[in-house]
Amino acid sequence: MGAIDPALLLAALVVAATPILLAALGELVVERAGVLNLGVEGMMITGAICGFAVAVNTGSPAIGFVAAAAGGAVLALLFALLTQLALANQVASGLALTLFGLGLSSLLGQGYVGIKPPPTPRLDLGPLSDIPFLGRVVFSHDLMVYLALALVAAIWAMLKYTRAGLILRAVGENHDAAHALGYRVVRVRVLAILFGGACAGLGGAYISLIRVPQWTEGMTAGAGWIALALVVFASWKAGRVLLGAWLFGGVTVLQLNLQAAGLAIPVEYLSMSPYLITILVLVIMSADKSRAPASLGRIFHASQ
Amino acid sequence: MLRLEKRPQPSRIWTWATPPLAVLVTMIAGGALFAALGKDPVEAIATIFWKPLFGEFAFYYRPQLLIKATPLILIAIGLSLGFRAGVWNIGAEGQYILGALTGAGVGLALYPLDSAVVFPLMIIAGALGGWAWAMIPALLKVRFGTNEILVSLMLVYVAEQLLAAMALGPMRNPDGHGFPGSRNLRDYPSAHNAEIIEGTGMHWGVAAAVIAVIAAYVLLSRHILGFQIRLAGQAPRAARFSGVRPGRLVLVCLGTSGALAGLAGMFEVAGPAGQVSIDFNVGYGFTAIIVAFLGRLHPVGIALAGLLMALTYIGGEMAQSTLGLPAAAIQLFQGMLLFFLLAVDLLTNYRIRIRKKEVA
Repeated sequence: MGAIDPALLLAALVVAATPILLAALGELVVERAGVLNLGVEGMMITGAICGFAVAVNTGSPAIGFVAAAAGGAVLALLFALLTQLALANQVASGLALTLFGLGLSSLLGQGYVGIKPPPTPRLDLGPLSDIPFLGRVVFSHDLMVYLALALVAAIWAMLKYTRAGLILRAVGENHDAAHALGYRVVRVRVLAILFGGACAGLGGAYISLIRVPQWTEGMTAGAGWIALALVVFASWKAGRVLLGAWLFGGVTVLQLNLQAAGLAIPVEYLSMSPYLITILVLVIMSADKSRAPASLGRIFHASQ
Repeated sequence: MLRLEKRPQPSRIWTWATPPLAVLVTMIAGGALFAALGKDPVEAIATIFWKPLFGEFAFYYRPQLLIKATPLILIAIGLSLGFRAGVWNIGAEGQYILGALTGAGVGLALYPLDSAVVFPLMIIAGALGGWAWAMIPALLKVRFGTNEILVSLMLVYVAEQLLAAMALGPMRNPDGHGFPGSRNLRDYPSAHNAEIIEGTGMHWGVAAAVIAVIAAYVLLSRHILGFQIRLAGQAPRAARFSGVRPGRLVLVCLGTSGALAGLAGMFEVAGPAGQVSIDFNVGYGFTAIIVAFLGRLHPVGIALAGLLMALTYIGGEMAQSTLGLPAAAIQLFQGMLLFFLLAVDLLTNYRIRIRKKEVA
């Protein structure tokens, strides 16, 4: 146990937290617009294979990430068509998206099993990376980690201070009132859903291109669902999503380290822990329902 | 421009016409997908939907149909009760695994006892195992208001790890030369879920599925509980005023679907699968969600949808071996079906009108 270096552990925590952070941020925006998209897992895994395949073929992880965002957004577009135009049930549509995404990704990923993706370079931050401890924990990551952190701040500021954020929240809290005020409810929601898909795609690609890095079927292993739980945990607030992501990142890294340390507990029981912690956190947080957007999951049709 | 006009009542015709329409659209889109993969689309669709039933080797595939449809129907019947009431049990896969573990656990614990009580005890244990696993999200929902979708789904991943732990640890076959996986229950006659009629694929699970379909039909159309389930889904406020207790409904719906999923897992492990192994579960719990919707949450519809979905599994395997169609293509095909179903469902609740010039 003494062999575990706290600096390495914290650095690994940040990396482990990034995919669920990205996906949860996207879903946060979607849910603040009043839409419940349960297809995060499907969009993540689609992003994971799109990003992986494009990165392998072009040799550029950056283009891979762009493709992953596009892949996630395309899948999200299907969800938007179903729920916003065909007015289908959001729970069922989200599940359909996940089932579809899992099938699509394993079909697309057939030729990519066992291949190494091009490495994503760490961002060169010069002397900052040489600071003892802090340099290793904070200043020695790839660009995506910092992008995710910047996204937290951007979404927080957007929701709190901008007109666009206000409209988004209005649509999520009371779509009839927003419609009466002349806001395009469906258009706002479709854009939010596309943004959520792109974020989930990026999160998935982070797993396949950086965290693992290789392609295996079903490799997101519930990360999308944990991201959904994270949004509830965060009471629909961007800052708390970050906190939650680090918590789950910490649990994941800790259990992986315990596995490596060769504890007497079988590996399977340790692997359960992130899911069990998710349930525990959900139970603790579910006492306070007041923060959920009031129109969450309701179908909007301007029939009046 | 097209305009949607909400129907005062869901259309009766479209309620029944949308599932076949969705299947048809999926066949067309699936054909396009198969063509894109370089296969003959007509040949592929025929292999999936026609040949297992009427082809040269139908005598082999027809019994398979019952074997594959049974777990799907059992699970989907349970899910449909909850879905009708607005209780979303997404974790049937986990309850299925737990039912298999507890059912097989009882059988393995009693090995090599030769008695007629072994199999009935396993059935009870399987149902209880699935029920108990489903009670976790149910109780958390009732007591703390925790989202049952996320909890039941998280428990699938926990159950998968538990399955691996059992197959590698306590339930591992002591005579298995260290290979993972339990004793094969097919070699233990008292615990074997054998075919009732030889060569038909008709095992005890099929009987259970038939009973479940009939019971669900009677429950929904004749019993007050079935009425309350439908009422709670369609008009939650009205249900509350008429004395329906939402908490009790959550417990009943999740408990029933858990028990049925557990039964499905138990019948599978004691019969077609034969043993507890790491890769025992193949996603029936998730496919059953598609079956429940395709069957319009109606027991008879679910039975038909379960058979159709079983056909895509069998035909898919056939297309894999004869046409080299990838397994993932079939999975994608099943996912598409739910997509199209949800999309064409629009026709049930809305009329599509051509928008006229609006008068100022």
